Amino acid sequence: MKEAPKKFIFIIVASLLLPSFLIAGCGGGGLSDTVTESGSTTVQPVAEKLAEAFKAENPDATIIIQGGGSSVGIKSCNDDTVDIGASSRELKSDEPNLVKHLLARDGIAIITHPSNPVAGLTKEQVRDIFTGKIAKWSQVGGENKDIYVIAREEGSGTRTAFEEMVMGKELIKSDAILLPFNGAIIMAVSNTPQAIGFISFGYIKNSVETLAIDGVAATAENAKNGTYPIIRPLYFLTKNQPTGLVKDFIDFCLGPEGQSIVAAEGYIPVS
Amino acid sequence: MYRIVSRYFVDRNAKYLVLLCASTSFIILAAIAIFTLREGLPAFQQVGLFDFIFGTEWRPTLDKFGIAPMIVGSLAVTFGAMILAIPLGVGCAVLLAEVAPAKVRRFLRPAVELLVGIPSVVYGLVGILLVVPTIRQIAGTGYSVAAGALVLMAMVLPTVISISEDSIRAVPRIYKEGSLALGATHWQTIWHVMIPAARSGIVASIILGIGRAIGEAMAMIMVIGNAVQIPTSPLDSTRTLAGGIAVEIAYAGGLHENALFAIGVVLFILIMIINSFALIAMRRGRERT
Repeated sequence: MKEAPKKFIFIIVASLLLPSFLIAGCGGGGLSDTVTESGSTTVQPVAEKLAEAFKAENPDATIIIQGGGSSVGIKSCNDDTVDIGASSRELKSDEPNLVKHLLARDGIAIITHPSNPVAGLTKEQVRDIFTGKIAKWSQVGGENKDIYVIAREEGSGTRTAFEEMVMGKELIKSDAILLPFNGAIIMAVSNTPQAIGFISFGYIKNSVETLAIDGVAATAENAKNGTYPIIRPLYFLTKNQPTGLVKDFIDFCLGPEGQSIVAAEGYIPVS
Repeated sequence: MYRIVSRYFVDRNAKYLVLLCASTSFIILAAIAIFTLREGLPAFQQVGLFDFIFGTEWRPTLDKFGIAPMIVGSLAVTFGAMILAIPLGVGCAVLLAEVAPAKVRRFLRPAVELLVGIPSVVYGLVGILLVVPTIRQIAGTGYSVAAGALVLMAMVLPTVISISEDSIRAVPRIYKEGSLALGATHWQTIWHVMIPAARSGIVASIILGIGRAIGEAMAMIMVIGNAVQIPTSPLDSTRTLAGGIAVEIAYAGGLHENALFAIGVVLFILIMIINSFALIAMRRGRERT
């Protein structure tokens, strides 16, 4: 009983102080031995692997990799929330002018169910399917069944890149199924015989069939030699020319060791 | 002496502690409301309230922000879920309160309550692996209003069952005894006496269920396909308000982000209306007994 008031005061003081500790804990980004990265979820898995390898060589360094999407990466890099932003598309004209470091290239594969007899399409056919102009598989040499279009949600880097490279000014039809994760697209297409979708090369699985586009198979080689037509850049972004640990990390990623990790993850190395 | 002082100290200050707790939760609520409204306001101003709520086209990249399809989508899945959940839930509540022997009840009631604690992403996964493929056998992609309604039904059932059961149990014993004494059968008593007497509690459980259903995001994103269109059949894909926010918030910036917060405001108001209906229904119930 004697302890009661002290305990009581302690609880109040602790509950008042706790939030300020939490806030203070978030401000650690400015330390010189920490690099923070956020942005494209397409870049995220390979960036995590790169960070792991970099940390193995530099045990003192801390690299924090987050997702959020390309737009978030560009925004938070510009307002100094993170040291490095990641984007899986070109910067738009109304977006801030940041220093681009080409990390890799990524192909976007057009995927269907393995039971679908259609093996390839032209870029125009893909566009017409996604606008709804082509609605039956029989119109492109398949069975007489409806085509189910599955796409990513508005704002996704993969969708934006797909729109730029395939759709041009046309719009993806409004009754397309939209799913917010790469994994969800794979799952939907692999379970739906009449479905068509698009996905980054890094996410391709055996449960779906990739289509040849304009007669070129969706392989890393064809993407590297430039014949596969749907390729986009993956960038690391910095506000200014990088220095210190940020520069070391980016140099590591663009160097031979980093680029071999990029290739192992299914993306196309740049050097 | 010291002991007495310390006891008084605790006694005097305990009320400030609970006041602190109460005001904290109120401040959090107010902060969320103000923040959502402040972030959403630019969208209402630039798009226009009428065009925002009644517009049928949602193309953030072209600055077209009409949420009518999402409002209809939310209402459609919620309506579908409640049509299924009300008879099932009330029936189950009657079973638990009146029909089932104590042993069965002792097992069933905790099982029903456990359903409340299952995270919605698990309901969504079950929906993707079980409900969506089943509906695909009928027609379409399977990502549909029907799939959403079925998953939501499972999610609101525990709410409907447990509150309905409590309110049936709260019906005074003399009602039942009087009815039986007049020669009514057990079933007649349940149907003509118990359920009407518990009506307000059952209505409250339904309204709370609607509140839960309309705010559900994760499970809905996973099973309804998220196409921004007004559904014309239960097999069509659609998008809900809450799901619409969750699908796009990660990538949104500028006016698009404001528009998503504005959806939050609409949802906030919708749920506030539903909750006040629940409060009125429950108050009526209390006045009656």
